[in-house]
Amino acid sequence: MRHLLSTKQLSRDEALQILDVAEDMATVNEREVKKLPALRGKTVVNLFFEDSTRTRISFEAAAKRLSADVINFSAKGSSVSKGESLKDTAQTLAAMGADGVVIRHHASGAPQVLAESGWIDAPIVNAGDGTHEHPTQALLDAFTIRRRLFGDTSRGRNLKGVSVVIVGDILHSRVARSNLWLLETLGAHVSFVAPATLIPFGASTWPATISYDLDTTLRETQPDVVMMLRIQSERMNAAFFPNAREYARIWGLDDARLATLRPDTMVMHPGPMNRGLEISAGAADSARSTVLEQVANGVSIRMAVLYLLMSGQS
Amino acid sequence: MSTPTYLIVGATLPTGERTDLVVQDDRLTRLAPGTDSASTRGATRIDADGLVALPGLVDLHTHLREPGFEQSETVLTGSRAAAAGGFTGVFAMANTLPVSDTAGVVEQVMALGDDAGYATVRPIGAVTVGLGGERLSEIGAMAHSRARVRVFSDDGKCVHDSLLMRRALEYVKTFDGVVAQHAQDPRLTENAQMNEGALSSELGLKGWPAVAEESIIARDVLLAEHVGARLHVCHVSTAGSVEVIRWAKSRGIVVTAEATPHHLLLTEDLVRSYDARFKVNPPLRRDEDVLALRRGLADGTIDIIATDHAPHPTESKESEWDAASFGMVGLESALSVAQTALVDTGLLGWNDIARVLSRTPAEIGRLAGHSHAFENGAPANFTLHDPSAASTFELDRLAGKSHNSPFLGRTLSGRVQHTFHHGYPTMIDTRVLDSDTVKASAALWKAGTPA
Ligand SMILES: [Zn+2]
Repeated sequence: MRHLLSTKQLSRDEALQILDVAEDMATVNEREVKKLPALRGKTVVNLFFEDSTRTRISFEAAAKRLSADVINFSAKGSSVSKGESLKDTAQTLAAMGADGVVIRHHASGAPQVLAESGWIDAPIVNAGDGTHEHPTQALLDAFTIRRRLFGDTSRGRNLKGVSVVIVGDILHSRVARSNLWLLETLGAHVSFVAPATLIPFGASTWPATISYDLDTTLRETQPDVVMMLRIQSERMNAAFFPNAREYARIWGLDDARLATLRPDTMVMHPGPMNRGLEISAGAADSARSTVLEQVANGVSIRMAVLYLLMSGQS
Repeated sequence: MSTPTYLIVGATLPTGERTDLVVQDDRLTRLAPGTDSASTRGATRIDADGLVALPGLVDLHTHLREPGFEQSETVLTGSRAAAAGGFTGVFAMANTLPVSDTAGVVEQVMALGDDAGYATVRPIGAVTVGLGGERLSEIGAMAHSRARVRVFSDDGKCVHDSLLMRRALEYVKTFDGVVAQHAQDPRLTENAQMNEGALSSELGLKGWPAVAEESIIARDVLLAEHVGARLHVCHVSTAGSVEVIRWAKSRGIVVTAEATPHHLLLTEDLVRSYDARFKVNPPLRRDEDVLALRRGLADGTIDIIATDHAPHPTESKESEWDAASFGMVGLESALSVAQTALVDTGLLGWNDIARVLSRTPAEIGRLAGHSHAFENGAPANFTLHDPSAASTFELDRLAGKSHNSPFLGRTLSGRVQHTFHHGYPTMIDTRVLDSDTVKASAALWKAGTPA
């Protein structure tokens, strides 16, 4: 594995390797001195063309715990927003000696273009591109699910037979896509639940069960995991659904729906949450919720990814 | 005065007959092979053994970019690319800057073409002022200008207002012209990046649904029927569009349609690379669409192949997909692609190729001198194509200013060897003649032609 661009291209062995190395990293994160010398002297560049403080600081923490130097290169207010091309930016980073680039971009495929362009030779990590993929988010979600299910015996295990229901704006969600491909690879079964306007065109050919009816899906699946996606208010104006109230009533995880879940069903959310819209405060704060574990596990996963991509090279 | 004489020895005509051809002044004469004629003594001999002679190809859909976007292409460089592809006539799209919506601009474009001499350049006039889709441009003035414009198009944009489209069809009919429609519902394709399907959803690229093309074509053929005008549909790209046009023709509606070489060979799967060389509008579609377009050409539903040659500078393709420009160059590769997609597959013969790449586009655009059948005295606009060899399409095959070809690195069949325009060569032995030589030949031709 030279880059991490998508989960679609990850084999089961590669995925399990990342998850298992992340287990080791999690052990480090539980120590008093949360630091490994693995990437000492190497430079990781966080190249963010799109604001995301959460993802950026997660990568930053991961790199620093591996003793790497971190340069944050944010597009806002820089030459990038003044029309400098991706090519020029990449060549600049290469000239500065970047050993690894974490890129977040509003355009789908930008990380792949960077990886295949020849403009820069460093490993590329996709930190979210357009509506394409967000592979480290999916890896941390899988890691979280595996830890909840298997605890200390997680290493080496896949997610065979695990049932995951993903609810909400599938159409615009790179998290939903990355989760689908990864969970499928790990042997889990995924259901997408959303109004038809928010199901991607042609998704019927994907390895997921598509449903418009959340109550029926929850009743019939009795899922191990319910993952709620963030609903952005601008979707209302583009006629994807009439208004927030109607959406929350039909597709929100409210307290009544929460009560129908098995006691051990996990409630996940990639954050940031719209409390009261796609998820009630009761659901977000319940013991079923993994939201804070997801944040902590994000650092372990990103440490594993940076370590695997960067520690080998000289 | 007299221009050099050429003797083309042993060419195969589209009909399969073998003949020698004498090119004298700007006319062709057939000669039985092996005949030693006084008129050919001293002529430059071109060995055409194994070569297919085709009437000069005509492209009804070329973006020459001048005036306004000379960093991408000029009339000179674009018509040079045409010569390299075996074309002797090109229709230059109106989305220049200023837009080709007045007599002044279209006359300027034509004059630049006449001066360069590589091909007969016929400007297309904009349907609406500034391609704005609001008011009709000076269609009559362009039709009556020295450029004698007969094709009108807002290509790049769709004339989407139904009433305006109706009026355009009616008004253009007044001048024996045709509206060439870029069929794209603008609301259904806002920020669209590639064909809408499972793949666009997977890649996270905004979809350009087939229905956005098909619904406009359906409306337009009904409008054309209602007002009794002729309609031409640019770059048909979907199987559904072929069905709609087939139905319209069966009703007797006067509609013609074009398919581009890239839609006849390439599919959306190439977009997986996020390589912006494959970004084009309308987008590359599915396998079944490609096959439907090929069948449409074979059964006459699709009338012509037109390149939609759309040059762009390197930097506008060297970027993330969303930021890249739409469009591909196509003049230099068109005939090889047509052979690969249609002749090698047994769907079309060379006579059909002459029809879809020369005769019919010339008829649609009312262009004289390009629809001949190599009869004695025919205008000497023709090309000689070697169909025998397949080769990798490389950068050296591109003769225009821009290099955004989706075919670079692909194996294509056949290769254009020689091209003649008005009886003088523009390409000999796969080498495009330099611009001074061609310009001088054109001037000589013009001097010998009654105004
Ligand atoms: Zn067009």
